Amino acid sequence: MQDSSTIEAQAPVTQKRSRSLINKLMNMSDRSMAWLFIGPTVVILLLINIFPLLWTIYLSFTNYRANQPTRDIEWVGLRNYERLLNSEDIWGYLQVTAHFVCWTMILQTIIGFGLALLLNRNFKGSSFFSTVILIPMMLSPAVVGVFWTYLFQPQTGIMTYIINFFGNFGPVDFIGNVDLAPWGIVLVDTWMWSPYVMLICLAGLKSIPPSLYEAAEVDRASTFRKFWSITLPMVLPFLLLAVLFRFIENFKMFDLVNELTSGGPGSITELASINLKREAFEKWRTGYSSAFAIILFVTVFGAGNIFVKVLNRVKNR
Amino acid sequence: MLQHLSRTLATVALTASIGVSAAKASAADQLTLCWAAWDPANALVELSKDFTNKTGIEMKFEFVPWTNFADRFQNELNSQGKLCDLMIGDSQWIGGSATYGHYVKLNDFFQKEGIDINNFLPATVEAYSTWPKGSQNYWALPAMGDALGWVYRKDWFARPELRKAFKAEYGRELTPPKTWDELKDVATFFTGKEIDGKKVYGAAIYTERGSEGITMGATAALYSWGFEYQNPNKPYDMVGYVNSPQAAEGLKFYKELYKCCTPPGHSDAYMVANLDAYKSGQVAMQMNWFAFFPGIAKDPQVGGEKSGFFVNPSENIAASTLGGQGISVVSYSDKKDLALKYIKWFADANVQKKWWSLGGYSCHKAVLEDPNFKNTAPFAGDFLQAMSGVKDFWQEPTYAELLQSMQKRLHDYVVADQGTAEQALDKLVKDWIQVFEDDGKL
Repeated sequence: MQDSSTIEAQAPVTQKRSRSLINKLMNMSDRSMAWLFIGPTVVILLLINIFPLLWTIYLSFTNYRANQPTRDIEWVGLRNYERLLNSEDIWGYLQVTAHFVCWTMILQTIIGFGLALLLNRNFKGSSFFSTVILIPMMLSPAVVGVFWTYLFQPQTGIMTYIINFFGNFGPVDFIGNVDLAPWGIVLVDTWMWSPYVMLICLAGLKSIPPSLYEAAEVDRASTFRKFWSITLPMVLPFLLLAVLFRFIENFKMFDLVNELTSGGPGSITELASINLKREAFEKWRTGYSSAFAIILFVTVFGAGNIFVKVLNRVKNR
Repeated sequence: MLQHLSRTLATVALTASIGVSAAKASAADQLTLCWAAWDPANALVELSKDFTNKTGIEMKFEFVPWTNFADRFQNELNSQGKLCDLMIGDSQWIGGSATYGHYVKLNDFFQKEGIDINNFLPATVEAYSTWPKGSQNYWALPAMGDALGWVYRKDWFARPELRKAFKAEYGRELTPPKTWDELKDVATFFTGKEIDGKKVYGAAIYTERGSEGITMGATAALYSWGFEYQNPNKPYDMVGYVNSPQAAEGLKFYKELYKCCTPPGHSDAYMVANLDAYKSGQVAMQMNWFAFFPGIAKDPQVGGEKSGFFVNPSENIAASTLGGQGISVVSYSDKKDLALKYIKWFADANVQKKWWSLGGYSCHKAVLEDPNFKNTAPFAGDFLQAMSGVKDFWQEPTYAELLQSMQKRLHDYVVADQGTAEQALDKLVKDWIQVFEDDGKL
């Protein structure tokens, strides 16, 4: 039991300690202060990002299966990578992914940039149209997938009605037809994400100083010349940034396409990430699918870096 | 004031503790049964009320749609989850669930409680309960017998103008088909016809890619042509069996049937899509599990005399794809004793009779061998006939991998027009050999 005199004696000690802690904090260098603030975030990042990545790299060299917890984990070296790179099917999924990524990027860039140019003109109701155009990207991909499945329904869907308006084509099966399905998923993704490209481009267009156009006017530059020499170079970094984001997102695309086609018909729209999910959580080939995940990660990381370098070069011009 | 406060606090604490104890007691006397969300599950909810009345044990149900059923509950079992005390798992899960300890072995329990497994139809015991196959290790009690069968529009088949037109075209009566060739003739005949002002199609068949649909549908044809999973005398010897000329012929036929006679957009269809196509008057015939037939027979649109049933057609041999499930106790459950009580109750002959009367397919001999059984439902005789010739997919621990390979190869060929039937089956054999090699069985 502490008597009151002891407590009284301890009080100045506690005060002294807290004062020295405050002093220490006050005298901290900027670098130490920065570490103090970002430290917790770094720890969380290490735990939820870096550790799983390292663990996945480890698993990719094993025959581990998550559905066979009692089985010994065997080190198989590069066997999973060898199998993946020699598999015709895997190259097929990567081709499907490349088709999807290339076409969505091309279409979204053209449509998004076009819409941005249009909405940059400040006509009556432009802000209303901007809001309406942005709606698709605000929806959940799962909702969009279900919604378009109904639109694509060959007997009752509105797409069949629209196409048959131009001639008697009969029921058009956009997601069950081998030739149409790859374009069906491109169409839906373009509908959903072109507004995103538009939004970024619009920010770029708004940031161009009007004085540049005024100077061009004085020089009697044509509309095309103004676009080519002022608008495009000034917006290009923004456009490339949007393309970079869309590339990364679409390379990893899963939810929207899974909802629309589940990779079908056959494997015609089976993107790499859909196949990855099948390997990991339907076939339970955890080691093999970890190797596939690492290959996809390296690909997207490498391509992303190239994009960033191009972006920096464009910015520094 | 202080006295009043302490009295209030004491009352609150007492009430809370009573509440917690009551909640604990009710949680302890509650079982969770996991199954697929479909018609028989509703019948089981009804049936289980008797169990609750008899034992005081509350029943809770977790039903998941078929397309996510395997994913959801395989995840649950693999993660050693405690959600399910009882699991009505697919027949193909038995190998993995027994090998990896997900299910409780029931031999000792059967012996202790005097449950005679011989009271159940041997084919169902073999399919739903045992692992390894041919052994007497029981991991489940046969709960829901099922096989793939067919439903047809009896009222359309009876129309004189259609009968006359069919006879003129095919030289025979318009009757439920007995062979796949006859089935294709009937399906072709109906496709494009206008009935009651609506364009109709021949047949709704399984083509689903994601879970097990196209495999269950196509094997209905493949088995009839003589498809075998392996050499009957040498396990895992698949070359020449899986990709036999007969199997390729059966697969070609299934693709032709898909191309000629299914409704537009039927490229990813399983049970519900077939039911919808049939109930909406879009098709003359549909393949589906017998489990749905009680619902069809009672349906206000197509039930009663409007629908008839027939077993899977034969070609070289008579065979049907096996469906159905056994009921197991999950080994990770904290209430295994209560779950075993449910199994004991469910094994009773009278409970099994009620199960059949409510729309569940009992596998108990007291039900199936009753002389009056065939008269109890319009499809009862066909069900018995189908169950006498059922074949099931692999039940190996690696079944999921084997199934996904088959789903891909079949869908690529049948729906997506990739390659030939022979190439599809050759690739399938290659996939399966790799699976068994990785599993150390080859």
